[in-house]
Amino acid sequence: MSSGNMNLTLKIWRQKNVSTAGKMVSYQVTDISPDMSFLEMLDVLNEQLIQKNEEPIAFDHDCREGICGMCSLYINGRPHGPGSGITTCQLHMRSFKDGDTIIIEPWRAKAFPVIKDLVVDRSAFDRIIAKGGFISVNTGSAQDANNLPIPKHDADEAFNSAACIGCGACVAACVNSSAMLFVSAKVSQLSLLPQGQPERKQRALDMVHQMDVEGFGSCSNTGACEAECPKGISIENIARLNREYLIASLTEKEPKKGSGDN
Amino acid sequence: MSKLDSKIPDGALEQKWTSYRSTVPLVNPANKRNLEILVVGSGLAGSSVAATLAEMGYKVKVFCFQDSARRAHSIAAQGGINAAKNYQNDGDSVYRLFYDTIKGGDYRSREANVYRLAEVSGNIIDQCVAQGVPLAREYGGLLSNRSFGGTQVQRTFYAAGQTGQQLLLGAYSALQRQVGLGSIQMYTRHEMLELVTIDGVARGIIARNLITGELEKHFGHAVLLCTGGYGNVFFLSTNAMGSNATAAWKANKKGAFFANPCYTQIHPTCIPVSGDHQSKLTLMSESLRNDGRIWVPKKKEDAEAIRAGKKKARDLAEDDRDYYLERRYPAFGNLVPRDVASRAAKERCDAGFGVNATGQAVFLDFQYNMKEKYGRSEAKKLDIANPTDAQLKELGKNVIKEKYGNLFDMYKQITGVDPYEEPMQIYPAVHYTMGGLWVDYNLMTTVPGLYSLGEANFSDHGANRLGASALMQGLADGYFIIPYTIGAYLNTEVSRMSAEKAKADSIDKLKTQHPAFDEALKNTQAHIDKLLSINGTKSVDHFHKKLGKVMWEKCGMARNANGLKEAIEEIRAIREEFWKDLRVTGTANEYNPELEKAGRVADFLELGELMCMDALQRNESCGGHFREEYQTSEGEAQRDDANYSYVAAWENKGNGQFELHKEILEFKAIKVAQRSYK
Ligand SMILES: Cc1cc2nc3c(=O)[nH]c(=O)nc-3n(C[C@H](O)[C@H](O)[C@H](O)COP(=O)(O)OP(=O)(O)OC[C@H]3O[C@@H](n4cnc5c(N)ncnc54)[C@H](O)[C@@H]3O)c2cc1C
Ligand code: SF4
Ligand code: FES
Repeated sequence: MSSGNMNLTLKIWRQKNVSTAGKMVSYQVTDISPDMSFLEMLDVLNEQLIQKNEEPIAFDHDCREGICGMCSLYINGRPHGPGSGITTCQLHMRSFKDGDTIIIEPWRAKAFPVIKDLVVDRSAFDRIIAKGGFISVNTGSAQDANNLPIPKHDADEAFNSAACIGCGACVAACVNSSAMLFVSAKVSQLSLLPQGQPERKQRALDMVHQMDVEGFGSCSNTGACEAECPKGISIENIARLNREYLIASLTEKEPKKGSGDN
Repeated sequence: MSKLDSKIPDGALEQKWTSYRSTVPLVNPANKRNLEILVVGSGLAGSSVAATLAEMGYKVKVFCFQDSARRAHSIAAQGGINAAKNYQNDGDSVYRLFYDTIKGGDYRSREANVYRLAEVSGNIIDQCVAQGVPLAREYGGLLSNRSFGGTQVQRTFYAAGQTGQQLLLGAYSALQRQVGLGSIQMYTRHEMLELVTIDGVARGIIARNLITGELEKHFGHAVLLCTGGYGNVFFLSTNAMGSNATAAWKANKKGAFFANPCYTQIHPTCIPVSGDHQSKLTLMSESLRNDGRIWVPKKKEDAEAIRAGKKKARDLAEDDRDYYLERRYPAFGNLVPRDVASRAAKERCDAGFGVNATGQAVFLDFQYNMKEKYGRSEAKKLDIANPTDAQLKELGKNVIKEKYGNLFDMYKQITGVDPYEEPMQIYPAVHYTMGGLWVDYNLMTTVPGLYSLGEANFSDHGANRLGASALMQGLADGYFIIPYTIGAYLNTEVSRMSAEKAKADSIDKLKTQHPAFDEALKNTQAHIDKLLSINGTKSVDHFHKKLGKVMWEKCGMARNANGLKEAIEEIRAIREEFWKDLRVTGTANEYNPELEKAGRVADFLELGELMCMDALQRNESCGGHFREEYQTSEGEAQRDDANYSYVAAWENKGNGQFELHKEILEFKAIKVAQRSYK
């Protein structure tokens, strides 16, 4: 069952840490099975490197089933590699053929500095959420869930936006390294729901403000983010965010730090 | 005299929690600001408890090893979360959820805890909806439910096949809100490597900054371990790659008893192993059993033909299929609890009826419900009088897609087979660990000031957890239980603090300057140095896979005394080899995933042995613990209530020595019976 018959050349970005310059390095892997996932193929390479007493390639991953958003990798010029609607950990080697050369790089964006090799720092996303990606409701103060019927259509749409896994592929795909798709998905989810209304305007202002502070670029509507998003987050979310932001900036004062303190 | 005091409040079962809550001492708001709480883990348990405690005014620090709190493995939960809302008016109640959970756990859990869990379950749904968690809804705008195994009511709330993701993002947003307000300090890419105790009381942790490799000291008046389960002892499981037992194991070494380590849940519906390269296994949610029928061929020659690729599932007539769950368990059919379903699959495969190349798979088939259930009802809605087979399939497919679309896509992505056309092939895999740190009613371990929540504790699921109950438990612990129970302890801390106010070397003044922190840091550093200095020839994964194989074969779905004794010897041998021949590349002072793995596997190599010891002492079968020597003539688990109706809590005496303590389980509200799903 196990080993397969694909032989591949890998060109991989190696970088010791944030303050050292990196470079591409070539490796060969043999006997790769088409049933392996892309990350399992890297496991094989790493085992090989350890045998040679060399340092294995550092890459982020955890769930290996497309939901935690931890894996990244820019593969042959595409975030999460060939195929659409999947993360790198869901990519299987049957998408490649014997003899292929595969180029593997980290996400590249000013707001995502490299930590080591293919691992980048995406904590900017957490800081954006901390500015407004929530509904200010303390534990214990909720009413009975069914006292607030929500039209199925709205709930489904909110769910579609909420499906974002925070991987950052949208940023990596964008020529401007804009985080608009990520931010708009959260703003949309909450503005589509009745629970999200009270903080709706302030949220849009605060999250966009933080996005700028973090050094993400602005959106020029190329649509590359939507095309590469593993979760099919639609660019309509960005249109919605633009509307929300416009209305909010007409009526609200200015971005402020976390609203609704207790 | 047992060292275990479960601290169950007096009074009638239904009154215990209510009266506890109204009498538990409250901490004065002014004091809360001076109380620091360390939360290790940011899954459903960790995020919910951290957010809630910060809202209440405590100073909170949260640690996780991923790069964001949102990536804790709770994110991967698919199927749903239970709550006794009775929105479907199908006879559900707090008592029924309580009863189902105790029975599902094969009468090996604590009545009072489980009743409280059922009581607060409804509040969880309210809280999550208020946070904007988009749970599935009906056209009328109200919440939708589905069924899970081991129950006959519809009480499972869900968000497509991404329930854990949506619930965790809700808790994570509450957590990030508190980060933004400055009430929580978040430490991502940090791993707890040691618990610091002073005079037997939990006072803090040593954590490694995974980016720089630096060891840090953190002080807390209480430490909450919300670090998830230890299923990765088996190497292959549905857990995330980083899921580990280190925090709980270090706590065990510092005096926290480890309860029921042998209770592991093998989930019946996972994608089978495809080869030696396999790094993890993927679950196909139990919710699929609502609409999928499980079968293998009736005749061996058909099974052989399928394995050889000469026949396909489709080629077998209805009469040639053995729907073995429906046959053996007519009352629950495909919805029997997990342990029962897993064993039944193993039984068929061991008997030679398995259907993939390895012979280790059964079919999970949606054709029937796709056409007959959904196809027909959709056709009716559309007034199609005599729908063709193709029409039925097309109409039904859309319904199936809406319910399970992401799971079907995931399956296809991994196997290359389209499950709308061919039945899925599934096989049981390690999924969840019911065992964990022993906790009392307050969720405090045997170390004062040290608590454990979520999958990391042993509390509510007995010997087998019902589907959709882990999310419920994690959030119950975090949102609704600890916020009350911790007050009882912190109040004593407040008194102690004021009594020690004048003392120059009190822990409150010294905090991490206390020598105990330096000592702990030194030991942790020594452990790391030791791992790095072996300079052997084998990688961490080599040892992990070896351990996993022993565990799966001898302490997995079925166990026996001889196998367990062998396993203990084998694990000792692997451990010895590990410490002689391990190779960890890189250094301590940098980002070094190999070093992280090495530390985790070192702990698994000790915990694995304890799991086998626990399985060996439990001379009965119950829930997920199936001892081949103890079964009924029909092959069902045979409990021994007279001798084993207890929680096995293991005290670590150092040097591989453990002492067993027993908490006797008393059932007052429920009549203990032989579990039957026939
Ligand atoms: C694939 C899958 C599907 C599931 N589906 C369902 C379902 O549908 N319904 C259901 O009820 N249950 C389900 N479960 C079970 C359920 O998801 C888990 O039991 C539950 O989410 C565990 O939550 P937790 O908060 O206890 O731990 P986790 O979510 O695992 O979080 C553990 C946290 O601890 C941190 N951590 C661990 N060790 C350390 C350390 N040493 N230092 C610092 N941080 C550490 C991690 O970073 C993480 O933040 C599923 C489980 C799996 C694997
Ligand atoms: S919008 Fe898509 S690409 Fe961007 S972070 Fe979310 S899931 Fe990833
Ligand atoms: S590793 Fe979790 S999404 Fe890829």
